[in-house]
Amino acid sequence: MKKAFETIDHTADIGIIVYGADVKELFSNAALGLFSLITEPESIEDKLQFNLKVRSEDADGLLVEWLNELIYFFDAKHLLFNRCDIERLTDNELNATCHGEGFDPMRHKITRGVKAATYHMLKLEKDREGYTAQVIFDI
Amino acid sequence: MARWQGQFIRVDDYRWKIPADYKAGMRVAGLIYASKEMLDSMREEQTPEQVANVAFLPGIVGYSLAMPDIHWGYGFPIGGVAAMDIRDGVVSPGGVGYDINCGVRLLCTNLDQAEVRPRINELINELFHNIPSGLGSEGKMKVSQKEMSQLMVEGARWAVKRSLGFEEDLDATEEGGCLAGADPSKVSDRAVKRGMPQAGTLGSGNHFLEIQVVKDIFDSRTASIMGITEIGQVLVLIHTGSRGFGHQICTDHLRVMEQAVSKYGIKLPDRQLACAPIESKEGQDYLAAMACAANYAWANRQCIAHWVRESFSGIFGRSPQKLGMKQIYDVAHNIAKIEEHTIDGRKVRVCVHRKGATRALPAGHKDVPKCYKEIGQPVLVPGDMGRCSFVAVGTEKAMQETFGSTCHGAGRVLSRGAAKRSIRGADIIRELETRGIIVKAQSVSALAEEASQAYKDVAQVIDVVHQAGISRKVAMAVPMGVIKG
Repeated sequence: MKKAFETIDHTADIGIIVYGADVKELFSNAALGLFSLITEPESIEDKLQFNLKVRSEDADGLLVEWLNELIYFFDAKHLLFNRCDIERLTDNELNATCHGEGFDPMRHKITRGVKAATYHMLKLEKDREGYTAQVIFDI
Repeated sequence: MARWQGQFIRVDDYRWKIPADYKAGMRVAGLIYASKEMLDSMREEQTPEQVANVAFLPGIVGYSLAMPDIHWGYGFPIGGVAAMDIRDGVVSPGGVGYDINCGVRLLCTNLDQAEVRPRINELINELFHNIPSGLGSEGKMKVSQKEMSQLMVEGARWAVKRSLGFEEDLDATEEGGCLAGADPSKVSDRAVKRGMPQAGTLGSGNHFLEIQVVKDIFDSRTASIMGITEIGQVLVLIHTGSRGFGHQICTDHLRVMEQAVSKYGIKLPDRQLACAPIESKEGQDYLAAMACAANYAWANRQCIAHWVRESFSGIFGRSPQKLGMKQIYDVAHNIAKIEEHTIDGRKVRVCVHRKGATRALPAGHKDVPKCYKEIGQPVLVPGDMGRCSFVAVGTEKAMQETFGSTCHGAGRVLSRGAAKRSIRGADIIRELETRGIIVKAQSVSALAEEASQAYKDVAQVIDVVHQAGISRKVAMAVPMGVIKG
């Protein structure tokens, strides 16, 4: 099986390349990629569920908005997610149920802060094996 | 990443142009301040392309400028300066960055390193305990929604009014620690929710607090006016910004600007350069929200400075006044400001974007505080934690060439990933300790991403701006104790 995501270097920041058999899986894997930059995803337990709804002008923008929504949930509400099920997805709207828990400094080792997902070098492409996206985060 | 294939045109040893005909759509040429060696390393990434891309922005005047600490950013390069005529120009949140008014504040002391060194561990522990740092850290102040609205408008004064600092601190802060035009109604609830618990926190990433020792003084008269009088004198440097509050404001307004780009028919080579006319509702709303974030950052550094004084006072058993803990200066290095500049003999009001660049006003300028009128505005240029930092002053040449701007730091050369692969956080702590530098960090693994090797040597950066004449170096200090988020 293909990896869900991999991290890529960008001088001052960090990016991810995400894979998915379909767009839903791509968005779900992008969330995993993001939380793997923040902490060790294995340390996150499934204790709480949140329903998130995100809108944007286009599919590329929706990916950035989605990740920024998750960054907001972490930074403002201190929530870490280890699984995000994308239930509904169009080119400009997404509904997801996210599983995770509140940040616990005793159990969650924070690797780095992520300020935002950017449009810089943003890519979302379909190929023979499915979908690939690239997102650079401001660290 | 592919090497940049364009041509630099040499102006002199420290100035290099990317001509306006490098690619169709550039409105002005690019001008990079760098040594020949730095230029070669810039080619390794697409940084010069970003300098050229900024030249596409409507209303840009002069040059798309780049300081010697320039490195590859998103949209704008980090180390970029661009001024847009307010009559027909745009404002771009990407030209400020996510960490609005990230900046540095330098405090003086009358302590000598001989007094501080025996107590450095104690002092660093006290500071670490007294100043919340690291990701997910919350401030020890509880800021209500109402107080948050006041903080957004008043900036550093908000803190001084609460006895977190002195009136003189405001005089020694860019804009007096309060950018005019802040309008909290232009700030989203989300930004407020992210910002409220983080007020008065150092944060993570490249932010830090450093106890330094003056190692070299290049201009003793200028240095002494700032309060830097002796080699061995201890200084404190604070580097942080507007935390999640500023990040959210940037994210929110980039979304608005995305739509503004098509609404106003602006053609851009990179989506991250999203912008809107300065005089448009979108442009004005951004500037009003950005001012709130700038003020938040000044309040943040003001609170932290107070706790630094408190910690020193506790350890050395003397009041901050007795310890001579005067503020030397506080500068922003991620900001957009409406300023008046002379272009081709005409006075023009421009919106100067400084993204990873510092304002550098000359002696006599009306915005330089009275105490510094004869020397010019202090410029604070931190290096990485293993090397050194510089204090400089602005010059008339900076006014003529760079809209009164200069460099802001060392500038990265290694990516975070590459730094982490080449060195471990724990090794850095040990290595620095052998050189007499105590480091305490919330995240030891993240420390590797900030290793010395990941940065250019700030001394070379300062040499370029000094030789080019856009700033004048005054003093150099080395770290003795560092706190990282």
